[in-house]
Amino acid sequence: MSEISRRQLITRGLAAAAGLSGLAVADHIADRYGLFPPDGGGVYGPGETLTYAVHRILTQHSFAREFSRGQISNPPFANETAPPTDAFKRFEADGFRDWKLSVDGLVGRSTTLSMDDVKRLPARSQITQVVCEEGWSYVAEWIGTPLVEVLNIAGLLPQARYVVYFSIEPDTWESIDMADALHQQTLVTYAMNDADLPVPFGGPLRLRVPRQLGYKSVKYLTRVTVTDNLKRFGKGLGSASADAGYAWYAGI
Amino acid sequence: MVRATHWVTTLACVALLVSGVELVISHPRFYWGENGNVLTPALFSFPIPSSRATVPTGYGYVLPDQNGWSRYLHFEAAWILVLIGGLYLVFGLVSGHFRKGLFPRAADRSWSAVSRSLRDHLRLTRPEEEEAWSYNVLQRLTYLGVVFVVFPLFIWTGLAMSPAVTAAMPTVVTVFGGRQSARTLHFLLTLLLVLFVLIHVGMVWLAGFRRRVTAMITGNASGHRKSV
Repeated sequence: MSEISRRQLITRGLAAAAGLSGLAVADHIADRYGLFPPDGGGVYGPGETLTYAVHRILTQHSFAREFSRGQISNPPFANETAPPTDAFKRFEADGFRDWKLSVDGLVGRSTTLSMDDVKRLPARSQITQVVCEEGWSYVAEWIGTPLVEVLNIAGLLPQARYVVYFSIEPDTWESIDMADALHQQTLVTYAMNDADLPVPFGGPLRLRVPRQLGYKSVKYLTRVTVTDNLKRFGKGLGSASADAGYAWYAGI
Repeated sequence: MVRATHWVTTLACVALLVSGVELVISHPRFYWGENGNVLTPALFSFPIPSSRATVPTGYGYVLPDQNGWSRYLHFEAAWILVLIGGLYLVFGLVSGHFRKGLFPRAADRSWSAVSRSLRDHLRLTRPEEEEAWSYNVLQRLTYLGVVFVVFPLFIWTGLAMSPAVTAAMPTVVTVFGGRQSARTLHFLLTLLLVLFVLIHVGMVWLAGFRRRVTAMITGNASGHRKSV
């Protein structure tokens, strides 16, 4: 009996050691290739890191599903937003004519775009699904310019690793990695279903990230900043959602 | 190995169930097809209060939002389940556990054997002592169904709700007719698995809870001469 249990002990010990060194190697590789999400620490870190790393390896270049015109939801569902602040109401009063989108951070030259500047950039229209973490969904046509066009105007620096984007509303900001920031479907949206983007849906400008859940698609976009380090923003977890206990990466 | 994976799976399932219930509370309405929200008719819904003010529940209050940790926990537990499930599959194949322990014995591979076992169960006939320490044919078929049908469908319908996974592999969701169908199926599978667990635990109870659970944990079927 002692013979067998000793052999078992050795095998199990070796298996455990192999497992641990495997984890250490995986950890090293993940860190080197930027496969750690900013909220990858803590109890839920391993699950988040696995999801994010696997997605970045397998789905980095894929396109979110696009739908036919007949599949557009009528009516679409505008999720609740906090009552608009005075700053927002001032812009709204004159039809958002003076709304600005600023681009700064790790770019060649910081710049500020007017609504007309944004609309002059190459446009893209896509019929994609808004998927809320709560479980509901709808399909709409979104028209805008890919974020990459906006970033190119300012000139991305090679150190760029994340794009942080802010709403005019307080404490409303998110960030995405360059895989999503440079993706053609990541859209600075100003129109929806052939009309100006309505305020309840995020007008005048909303950053749509269709490969992630709805909460990454920030409404009332005013500022985009490029960075190599998310530690400098909020609690350092990468987004206001992550600061509030939600996952930073929402591709699930 | 079968025992260890069983109990890790049990823990992961408890975590998945608790967090899953929290997620349902944020939108206790289910739909069929591609889209669904409070502006579209529900396939079915639950008359419970919600953690979101946008859901018309008829209750005058909104429950606190628990989705943050629930989502983190749900996906971490899902990973544990997938990894431990993979280990169980490899071990089950290599050790012959599936062949010897789960697939119906040659003598039982007939409708008459299955209906005989079903009849015995319905009449609550207690099995012979010898027979009681191996799985009978109904047990084997049920376990096979849970291991090879229910759990894979759980993972599949879960992945069908991921906007990134369905971007890479749209068929994962289109085979179900859309995202809301996948979500509804994911929920119905939960009911099925809960039903299975209730019957499973009930049967263990009838068979002698202490002795059986001791055996399920230690592998030592005391009182029985042959270890299983």
